[in-house]
Amino acid sequence: MEALDGNAIAGLLLDVFGAEMTTATGVCAHCGASGLLAEQMVYNRAPGTVVRCRSCTWVLMVLADVRGIYCVDLRGLVTLELGG
Amino acid sequence: MLDVPEWPGHRAGQHLDIRLTAEDGYRAEREYSIASAPGEPVAITVERLDDGEVSPYLTEELHTGDALELRGPVGGYFVWGPEDGGPLLLVAGGSGIVPLRAMLRHRVRSGSEVPARLLYSSRTLEDVIYRAELEGHDEGVEVVHTLTREQPAGWTGYTRRVDAELLGEVAWPVGESPLAFVCGPTSFVETVADGLVELGYSPERIKTERFGATGGK
Repeated sequence: MEALDGNAIAGLLLDVFGAEMTTATGVCAHCGASGLLAEQMVYNRAPGTVVRCRSCTWVLMVLADVRGIYCVDLRGLVTLELGG
Repeated sequence: MLDVPEWPGHRAGQHLDIRLTAEDGYRAEREYSIASAPGEPVAITVERLDDGEVSPYLTEELHTGDALELRGPVGGYFVWGPEDGGPLLLVAGGSGIVPLRAMLRHRVRSGSEVPARLLYSSRTLEDVIYRAELEGHDEGVEVVHTLTREQPAGWTGYTRRVDAELLGEVAWPVGESPLAFVCGPTSFVETVADGLVELGYSPERIKTERFGATGGK
């Protein structure tokens, strides 16, 4: 499956976090690369959405809608900081 | 064109999400780039995909006056305003032109004099979206087409896929500190972004947005 980028889940992230998140900066827990969520790889045609690090492909975030409740796994991130 | 009550206004390049719910509760949601400039009525351009879940409905079954469930505007990364300056290099693959068209319209409406260059790759001339509008483009805007599959008789423009060499001929010189926006299918965006970095463009000045072959934009 072809990866999109974080722009494609701007609406989903807004729902989950209540803020504009594509300009948020995340730091990868695996390789330490720092980048905007808009620039990371996104797979959103699976059941759930997976965000991977563009530098090392480590899974940064997993978001799934389970019977109306968002389940969010952020263990792949060291930090996530809102954009300006 | 969408009439959205309480629309808070959008920035050039932002999206909105459209959600369709079937009678049995099945939901499908897609993101579409907003095609209009800030201050204009909200408009999206939908490319019909034969095997799509959402686009056939939007292009064939939806009628004037029908209601849609939407969320937006969203996105704060792939946006341009006159304060961001330029010179602007806009590179579009297929329907990736949509958010870039919003930026070009915004540029004119805001009275910006930032020079802009659009490189637009399409398969055939018939596939060129906003053709008439782009032909009558405004002062300070250059539009360069490449038609990669089929060209009309007498075509003098480019005929090959965008690569580093073509970018080298079209893109602003690095010394002018250009700001690039690249939108199109994933492989197109990666090729262009890599090509611009090769030319010496600063990665921070290259904004990218990718969409897949299925759904969206």
